[in-house]
Parts: sequence; structure tokens; C-alpha cells
Amino acid sequence: MATVLILGATSDIGAAIAKKFASNKFDVLLAARKPGQLGPLESDIHIRYGVNCSSLAFDALNYSSHAGFFNTLQTKPEVSICVFGVLDDEEEAFNEWQLTERMINTNYTGAVSILNVIAKYYISQNKGTIIGISSVAGDRGRASKLIYASAKAAFTTYLAGLRNKCFKEKVHVMTVQPGFVYTKMTENQPLPKLITSTPVQVADIIYAAYLKKKNIIYVKWFWRYIMLIIQNIPEFQFKKMKL
Amino acid sequence: MKKQIANWGNYPVIEANEESFAFPEQLQDFLSRNENFIPRGNGRCYGDASLAGTTISTLKYDKILSFNTETGAFECQSGLTLDQILEVIVPAGWFLPVTPGTKFITVGGAVASDVHGKNHHVDGSFSNHILEMDIVLASKETITCSPKINNDLFEATCGGMGLTGIISRVLFQLKKIETSFIRQKQIKAANLDELIELFDEYNHYTYSVAWIDCLKKGNDFGRSILMLGEHATLTDLNEKLKQDPLQLPKKKQINFPFNLPSWVLNAFTVKAFNFLFYSKNFKREINNVTGYEPFFYPLDAILHWNRGYGKNGFVQYQFVLPLEAKKGLVEILNRISDKGLGSFLAVLKVFGKQESIISFPKEGYTLALDFPVKTGLLEFLDELDQIVLKYGGRIYMSKDARMKPEIMTQGYPELNKFKAIVRKYNPDGKIHSIQSDRLFLTTN
Repeated sequence: MATVLILGATSDIGAAIAKKFASNKFDVLLAARKPGQLGPLESDIHIRYGVNCSSLAFDALNYSSHAGFFNTLQTKPEVSICVFGVLDDEEEAFNEWQLTERMINTNYTGAVSILNVIAKYYISQNKGTIIGISSVAGDRGRASKLIYASAKAAFTTYLAGLRNKCFKEKVHVMTVQPGFVYTKMTENQPLPKLITSTPVQVADIIYAAYLKKKNIIYVKWFWRYIMLIIQNIPEFQFKKMKL
Repeated sequence: MKKQIANWGNYPVIEANEESFAFPEQLQDFLSRNENFIPRGNGRCYGDASLAGTTISTLKYDKILSFNTETGAFECQSGLTLDQILEVIVPAGWFLPVTPGTKFITVGGAVASDVHGKNHHVDGSFSNHILEMDIVLASKETITCSPKINNDLFEATCGGMGLTGIISRVLFQLKKIETSFIRQKQIKAANLDELIELFDEYNHYTYSVAWIDCLKKGNDFGRSILMLGEHATLTDLNEKLKQDPLQLPKKKQINFPFNLPSWVLNAFTVKAFNFLFYSKNFKREINNVTGYEPFFYPLDAILHWNRGYGKNGFVQYQFVLPLEAKKGLVEILNRISDKGLGSFLAVLKVFGKQESIISFPKEGYTLALDFPVKTGLLEFLDELDQIVLKYGGRIYMSKDARMKPEIMTQGYPELNKFKAIVRKYNPDGKIHSIQSDRLFLTTN
């Protein structure tokens, strides 16, 4: 049986992806900063899908622990999915360097640190799949998502580079660009119903794209075109807009 | 951020702040904010029971914690819905001990409404099968209760519409089945007297319920179909079904995509619907084997069927009358038929005995009807309330959006005891709903 590693399993999207892969008979390794919260998800996955499921402690900001974390896994996952991320209040972050730094380091530096470790292992094996959940926010910088968007832009660029680096080694890297998703992160934002997805929809689309070995997917698909339009607004115009 | 929310009847619609939690820590953080709120599951009660300015949704708190396939003990977080439970337990040879007419309710909601099913006269309501549960109080304390431990909290939580605290974990006992199919018998009854005789004659059946055409008068008054069922055993199945006796139903659902204009439902269209429903059974009696879905959840096949009642929504009216008050049933059905207000579904069921302080079921006849919201309806229902009270009956809070407080007080003789327990565990009335305000359950 194949195994999937979910980095950031306490998030709504992480839990949904874990269940989706489990329903397709993957054993599941759940990793999160607070693994104590994962007990119920672990029993739920095991009882529903009859697969093995266990929880691990993983702190994206503790870079020096990353190699040890992955190298001591007894079963190495065939698929590793990087879901974790953080969106703080951008106004507060602008005024407080610690928050800015945390957003950059969680969304970008921490992700690069662990994915470097995993990619090295996959390259040595000439197989494996890395899936990174980035964000459409990274497709163009704007005031209301100043730090978050720039960190996600860096992460998207990293994933593209990693895909290029790993291709000849038979390791696949997939970039996921979700648009609006109903999650804890967005609970108090007014989201337009038509273009907002549920975590379960995101998980379904990711799994289907994984089977087809897609490179870059937008969730849902029309976000690709929404972002295309946004990217093509001339900068002299864009800088005056309230976004 | 305020959103417009409503329960299944789409009446009333209110502005609310919807919060949620996936972990106990998040619930504790929410409670630390000291807001007034009501817990909410899948919003499948009909009226205003789980509506308030701030709601805390349990839908993300939906994990299965344990399932003993030997004993049938099942433990989960309260936001898990019955349809998800069925997918896990049916293939293992177990079934819900009690299920209402929809599988799209949460376990927390099943407890808070103390739901009943077609087997009430045999198995009682949902609370009869709870082994233990956890309630998180507004004070952030978690209390475990059962019929034996903290019995007062247990009793006031079963049927208590979420007013004691947030039901967070439930351990309950499932029912063993040999197959996922139902051996069904349908009998046509020409009128109400015949139907009541049939209920008596077939009271040994585990599941029984009748559908009544409310618009018929004279000799046809109470024209109905009685539906009876037992879990099918292996010997009831044909060779093909025997190969996979515990199979899950194939998913086929249609969605009601928009609200029907409210004029669509009128005396004529409802009569035509009722005629078709009654006439589709050519023979007086039909015996067959069917899947559990069409038997228990016929309306779940049409997602959003509530939109059929239009944008104004509808009110479901469900009451229970003592067994000796058959006359009251006749009186109420007559009033409805005279009024021609139109009810797609009139469902009659016999309840068995039940001792509880706030749960709806008690021995007698229970009738549930849908009425599209229109002018004059609320006044008409007030008149029906008086008849219900006159015969010693009461109204189901899960369906209610309009009952007056005195109807509640007179219908539930243990109401003061209930209020006292609510005050003990929810002393500041922080947990309250529009319904509990209207019925003075959490105030004064």
C-alpha cells in the first residue's frame, strides 16, 4: 500500500486531503505542530477507510529538525503534500516585524526547508511526488495581502524550479493554486459563493490532478483566468486600485 | 461577518455571525470571548431552534472516535451527520438505533431534538440509546453525563434544543442488522378509522408510519397509506442481493435548483400530487424488499426539496395527542381540510410510552404537516394549538417557529424542572436561541 504524508494536517484543507487519499486506500501520515490535536482525525480515518494512520510532530519553523523528521520516518511516503501556511492580519504584520517574519518563514522558508529534504530523498530513489499548496494570492502583489502574497509568490516560484530540477530524476512536483476556500482562515471574510470552494472540493480536485500528473492546477479551474486578467492589468492602473 | 441563515423551513431568516470549531481548543477560545450564542448542526430543524445572533457550528467537529464492530458501540464528535455514519456502519452489519426521516442531521442535533423514527413504539427515541455524552458548558467546563452520571444534565440535554451546553461527544448503541434491506408492506386505508385499526393490527412491526391525504372529505376522510417495515434477513433476499447483503445504496440524488414561485402550491396541485401518490399503489397491499434509503429517507433523494415551498418558506406543524384523543385528530384534520391550506405531507405515527422531561414523544398519535407560509397561516396554527391543548397534546420544538409560550408551558408539564436544570448549567443564559427567547426558556 502507498503512503501519503500531510504536512499541516490540522488545517481544514489538510484534513480533507488526508481523507481523500485514505478513501483511495493510502496509508496516511498526519504531521502538524500540535500532533495532540490529531487523535480524532487519526481514529476517524482508520475507522472509515480501514487504512493505517498515525500522527507526527512537525514544526515548519524548526528548520534544523526537518532532516531528522523525514529521515527517521520508518515508512517513507510515496506522496508528500505541503499544506501548512499562515495568514495573519496584514496591517498588524506591517507594523510588527515578528509577525511578518513568521508569515514569510511559515509560508516560504519552512516549506523550502522540508521540501528540500524530501526532494533529495525522492531524487535518490528516482520516484516520488511532491504537492505544494500555494495560493492565487501569489500571482500578483497587492496591499491587502502584502506579506502573505509575496511569500506565496516565492513558494510558487520555488515549486516551479523544483519541478524543473526533479523532472529528469522521475520525481513529480505539482503546484496547487487555490482561490477562495471556506476554511477557518477565511471564516470571517465575505466570500462570493460562486467562486469559493469547500475543502472537500479542493481535495477531490487535487487527487484527480495527482492521478493525471498535472503540473499546475487552479482550484477551481476558472481562477487561472481570473488571475490571468488580474496579472494583465497595467501596473500604472493596478497601483491605484483598492485590492 | 453577518450572514443570512435559516433552518430547513426557510422561515424565519435571520442575520447571524457563524463561528465554528474543529478542535476543543478552538471551542474554548470561542467561549472565552463571552458571547451569547446557540450551538448549531446541519440546520435541519425546521424553525428557529438553532438560530441566534451568533451561532457556533459543530459541522467541522465531525470525527469518528471509536466503533466496536463486536458490540455496536459507536462514539463520535457531535457534528458528524447520520449519512456519514451509515456509510461506515451498514457494511459492518449495524444500523442506527433510531433515525428520523432525513439522514442529513448531525448526532448533536439528534440528541438536542431527541429525534424519533418509525420505530418509536418499539425502540423509543434517540436518547434511549445513548450510553454517554460530553457537554461543554458556557463556563468552558466539560461534563460527562449519562442516564447514570449527572442524570439531570443528561435529561435536560436530550430534547433540550442545545440550551444546556454544546454537545461535543456522543457514545451510543447501534442496532444489529443482517442485511441493508427492508422488508416492506404498504397497505391502503380508505379512511381514518380503518387506518387506526391497521396501526393496532400491525403494531408488532418494528417500523410503521402512515401518509394521509388531508384534503379528502366525507367517506374518504383520512384516505391513507400505511407503510410497515422490518430489517430484511438473508432469507428475504433474492440470489442477486444475497451476494452483497450489506451493500450501500448507489448515490443518485437530484437537486431542487431554485425556489418554486409560491403560487405553484395550491389546493389543486396538492390534490393532484396526493391523488398520484395514493393511486400509484394499485393493489390494496404491497409486499416487497427495498433499500433502506427509499424506506427511511424518501425525501433525501431530492436535495433542497424545501425550495418547493418558495422563497417565503414553510412551517412544519407536528403535535402529539394521547391515544384516547382520536377525536382530536379528526377535529384537526377537518379544520385543515376545510381551510384548504395545502399540505404535501401529512404523516401519522403512533408513539409508544416515554418518560422524559423535555423530549417531544409521549404515548399517542403524532401528526406532522407542512404549510407554506402565507397570510393567515400563523393565526390558523394558533387555533390548532388550542385544539391540541384541549386534548392534552403538545407541539414538537424542532419543527416550531411560532408557538406561544403558554402552549409550551401547558404541553410540557415538567417544563419548570427543565428550566431549573438549564439555569443550573447555563446560569447566565449565554446559550440561547430565538426560540428559547420566544418561549421564555432561558429568560426570567
